[in-house]
Amino acid sequence: MYFVIAGGGQVGFHLSKALLESGHEIMLIESDRRRAQWIEEQLGSIVINAPADEGRSQVEAGCGRADAVIAVTGDDAKNLVICQLAKYKCHAPRVIARVNNPKNEIVFKALGIDETVSSTRVLMAVIEQELPSGGFFPLMPLTGSHLELIEAEIAAATPAAGKDVRDLGLPDGSLIGGIVRAGKILHAHGDTALAVGDRVIVFAPTAAEAEVRKALFG
Amino acid sequence: MNVVIIGCGRVGAFLAGLLDTAGDTVTIVDLDRTAFLHLPREFSGTTLLGDGTDLDVLRQAGAEQADTFLALTQGDNRNIMSAQIADKIFGIKKVIAKVNDPIRAYAYRQEGLGTFSRTSILATLLQALITGNTKLGPNLMAAATRHEAAMSGEDLPEPA
Repeated sequence: MYFVIAGGGQVGFHLSKALLESGHEIMLIESDRRRAQWIEEQLGSIVINAPADEGRSQVEAGCGRADAVIAVTGDDAKNLVICQLAKYKCHAPRVIARVNNPKNEIVFKALGIDETVSSTRVLMAVIEQELPSGGFFPLMPLTGSHLELIEAEIAAATPAAGKDVRDLGLPDGSLIGGIVRAGKILHAHGDTALAVGDRVIVFAPTAAEAEVRKALFG
Repeated sequence: MNVVIIGCGRVGAFLAGLLDTAGDTVTIVDLDRTAFLHLPREFSGTTLLGDGTDLDVLRQAGAEQADTFLALTQGDNRNIMSAQIADKIFGIKKVIAKVNDPIRAYAYRQEGLGTFSRTSILATLLQALITGNTKLGPNLMAAATRHEAAMSGEDLPEPA
């Protein structure tokens, strides 16, 4: 596949390297001349030294024929503009933005950028998963849909504890993909009863996240 | 009219002064406290220290009740982001973003965002003045001069 990566900081550099190593074709846009030169010495002629938030650089980088344009600068506003211009001007089929302020995930969605990655949120999810009280973790959005993957640990004295899967009252369009109990994966049938400590993997519409939480935790 | 302005540089502060004098309710936001020194001394509106692309800051600035929103910072991208939040999330009726890169200004205007480019407006005005285009240049210059005079404490008569 062909990817255009905007921003050659730590994230952009290592992402480019990893994609190249797994056999993909990439073009990286970096505005700082010295940084661009350094990356070129490391990874070869895959760098365009230009501002990524200008249409001209995007055309030069071939955003029009890219499978995805990925904006990973440290500046949220810039990432937004890079992704929007790639859609408006180059008709890029897929754009992905790094967001630094986790609040901006909602903002980017409202402004037409569906796929965002927030390092803050990823770290928070990892930390929360380690907490003994268990809980509710939206893990990741599913590509090309308005669905997401959620992991929830069934806690004592919640509506879901002891209830059969079919009686949970999960919102329409959601599905339990599996149940992890004592380290083993179980199929979720309608008559499977959830036990305290079960980790439930749920596929659900992103918009229904709150309803899923309500069904499991009240 | 309830107006929120992001960016208290020379343009933002000048406009805030004009609107305040005209009786509008103005809130002006900037990241840098010293930027508010650009405001005229008699400015009676509200100043708010914060990031104009942050949802909570915008809410605090009264974006939910605003009729008019202007993003006038030095960063084109920040202005584009603020203005889109004002338009798409807060549903503010009149939204204007300063986008100095003419190509970006045009791209977003095509997408329905109210953008203007100081670069293209200023160059177009200068060209009109140089070439003696009487339709485009003189009216704007006369209005701007009246505003400048008012800021300097002088009153110029309205044109006949």
